[in-house]
Amino acid sequence: MGLATCGIAAGGDKVFAALKNALSQRNLQVLLTRTGCIGYCREEPLVSIHLPGKSLIILHRVAETDAEKIVEAVAAETVPQDLALCRVEEWDPIVGEKLVFGTGFEDIPVYDEIPYFAPQRKIVLRDAGLINPEEIEEYIAVGGYSALHKALTAMTPEEVIEEVIASGLRGRGGGGFPTGMKWNFTKQEKSLQKYIICNADEGDPGAYMNRNEMESDPHMILEGMLIGAYAIGAREGVIYVRAEYPLAIQRLTRAIAQARDYGLIGKNIFGTDFSFELTIAEGAGAFVCGEETALIASIEGKTGRPRPRPPFPAQKGLWGMPTNINNVETWTNIPVIIQKGGAWFSRIGGEKNSGTKVFSLVGEVQRVGLVEVPLGTPIQTLVYDVGNGGIEGRKIKAVQTGGPSGGCIPASLFDTPMDYEHLTAVGSIMGSGGVVVMDELTSMVDTARFFIGFTNEESCGKCVPCREGLKHMLMLLDKILVGKATESDMATLEELSGVIKKTSLCGLGQTAPNPVLTTLKYFRNEYDAYLKGVP
Amino acid sequence: MEPQRLEEIIGRYPTPTGKILGILEHIQREMGYLPKDVLKLLAKRLELPLSELYSIATFYSFFTLEALGRHVVTVCMGTACHVKGAPELVASLKHHLGVEMDETTRDGKFLLTTDDGEYTLTSARCFGACSMAPVLRVDNKIFGYVTPERIPSILKQFGWEGNHH
Ligand SMILES: Cc1cc2nc3c(=O)[nH]c(=O)nc-3n(C[C@H](O)[C@H](O)[C@H](O)COP(=O)(O)O)c2cc1C
Ligand code: FES
Repeated sequence: MGLATCGIAAGGDKVFAALKNALSQRNLQVLLTRTGCIGYCREEPLVSIHLPGKSLIILHRVAETDAEKIVEAVAAETVPQDLALCRVEEWDPIVGEKLVFGTGFEDIPVYDEIPYFAPQRKIVLRDAGLINPEEIEEYIAVGGYSALHKALTAMTPEEVIEEVIASGLRGRGGGGFPTGMKWNFTKQEKSLQKYIICNADEGDPGAYMNRNEMESDPHMILEGMLIGAYAIGAREGVIYVRAEYPLAIQRLTRAIAQARDYGLIGKNIFGTDFSFELTIAEGAGAFVCGEETALIASIEGKTGRPRPRPPFPAQKGLWGMPTNINNVETWTNIPVIIQKGGAWFSRIGGEKNSGTKVFSLVGEVQRVGLVEVPLGTPIQTLVYDVGNGGIEGRKIKAVQTGGPSGGCIPASLFDTPMDYEHLTAVGSIMGSGGVVVMDELTSMVDTARFFIGFTNEESCGKCVPCREGLKHMLMLLDKILVGKATESDMATLEELSGVIKKTSLCGLGQTAPNPVLTTLKYFRNEYDAYLKGVP
Repeated sequence: MEPQRLEEIIGRYPTPTGKILGILEHIQREMGYLPKDVLKLLAKRLELPLSELYSIATFYSFFTLEALGRHVVTVCMGTACHVKGAPELVASLKHHLGVEMDETTRDGKFLLTTDDGEYTLTSARCFGACSMAPVLRVDNKIFGYVTPERIPSILKQFGWEGNHH
């Protein structure tokens, strides 16, 4: 049973209880277990059934009232075909041996033929929805911690970093900085104490890939961090998780305890000299704390206000010590790079954009969920092939990527490849991977106002351009929305955007005007309509 | 909160990493807010100026200095939820719970408690359940695909018996 936050909210916990109850009334050899989320959130609650030697069958939109029917079918060594979404004959966990489920149920479409899954390539989410995230043994069974073993027993820290550099992996937290190079900065600092941090603050509204990565496969993050700590020479790590994610915190806490029991965290891991401790720190609801220097201040128990860089965290980070900070998804990419090699990884995706990215496809699109595709996949593949276009035949107008720092990309540019450079070229950014779809009923001026309202609210107030400038932008946008603005207000709005971008202290202010600038660029007609009065 | 209980909570955070926020979060969860006398006691215990704890408590939206209602209704005001009609949910909740707020805070933060102290209406940035937008949370339970029409039936699950006014 898929039981991540989304599956539970869709009623999965009730289905789970009903299945448990139905099973308890029969004497069957059935293991009922919980998994994370396979990413097809629109079709939840999802239940997978594996009968010995048969294909794994994924059932969708399962209701509490289906429990009896499911158990009855299983008792008869079959599945309820009317609930079936697809079948999986075998699955490649990449770092481990291929899982062969079996054959049979030929009437049910195969996984690769389902339009939602067909364009996807699962690397980060290869275990999500398949294994039980609460049992370390299941992670080990699909090759988990073998990359850590390889790194610790057969590679020097330098070799690990070389492999990460060769992979071309870039940070998935938004900036896209080459991960291997960043590791080297901290490694080269001379210090007895160094830290690594996992940034799990996931602040962009509309983006929830990190939540699923933590809830569905927490050990993959731990393994990535352990390998990183070994390479960098850090003995302590912190995972900073936002308070809004209680289930992620619970599963990470459990994962850390299990890894400690197995000797994978603690002293002399795999009998080597390498020792590592890992703790969880909880965020407390401030968007700006996703910024690395603010995040560090927050862990130290201060208000989370960014400070100017340099010094970078690699020189002076947590408690003044050299610190390497990466996003959740960056860490999850590490085990596969070590196990399969940097060259293997670099062949996936596009030029200078290797690997995959998990996007959250949400908003006014039919099939919502988490989608993992090679970097460089065009926007239209996501919106039309995976997402199946607008709801009730409505036309899609734009997508918003990159959260409050990103921009709105019009449908006419949907052939744009989703990679760091191309998204920046059209005025948006990759950010953490949120893709919010807007259709013909969405007002782009209202959308711009929404984001400025957001960043204005979340500005930490330290630097003037961000604190005062955003307030004025908000006033101007409100004036536009009530139909009272003039051409000169429009000019001021544009000018102010440029000033805030150029003069703000941190990334929040430096990118906050992007939603306004892109809507001005691509949807000027909607602003013009307001100049003539409320449309 | 008994001083002894506070000691127990402090004891759970032996290392400085994540300590202060961790303790405050613990108190917030247990008490539903950060009472002034507890903050005073904590400041003394940690040898910190009270003003520093106050600045932390007001900086982070997770903390409140006033007691919340018995049930807390939190509407997600994230991008996906905004696009899918979160403002209509807020309007409907305000109507049903009989609480008012002025227009200027329409997508900023708000914290409104009913006169009888039963319900607090507030906002969040994103629950990470964006696929089910618009989303709201009552206490710890998340509801997805919410429409204004569904709101009375959701509130009834938490003992709401019709309009308070
Ligand atoms: C306002 C602001 C918010 C940010 N929020 C996040 C976030 O929620 N998660 C994240 O991983 N990075 C966030 N970042 C980026 C971090 O500062 C940092 O670059 C990142 O964690 C580095 O990890 P990476 O190299 O693996 O991408 C944010 C940056 C800014 C300026
Ligand atoms: S935007 Fe509402 S749950 Fe994410």
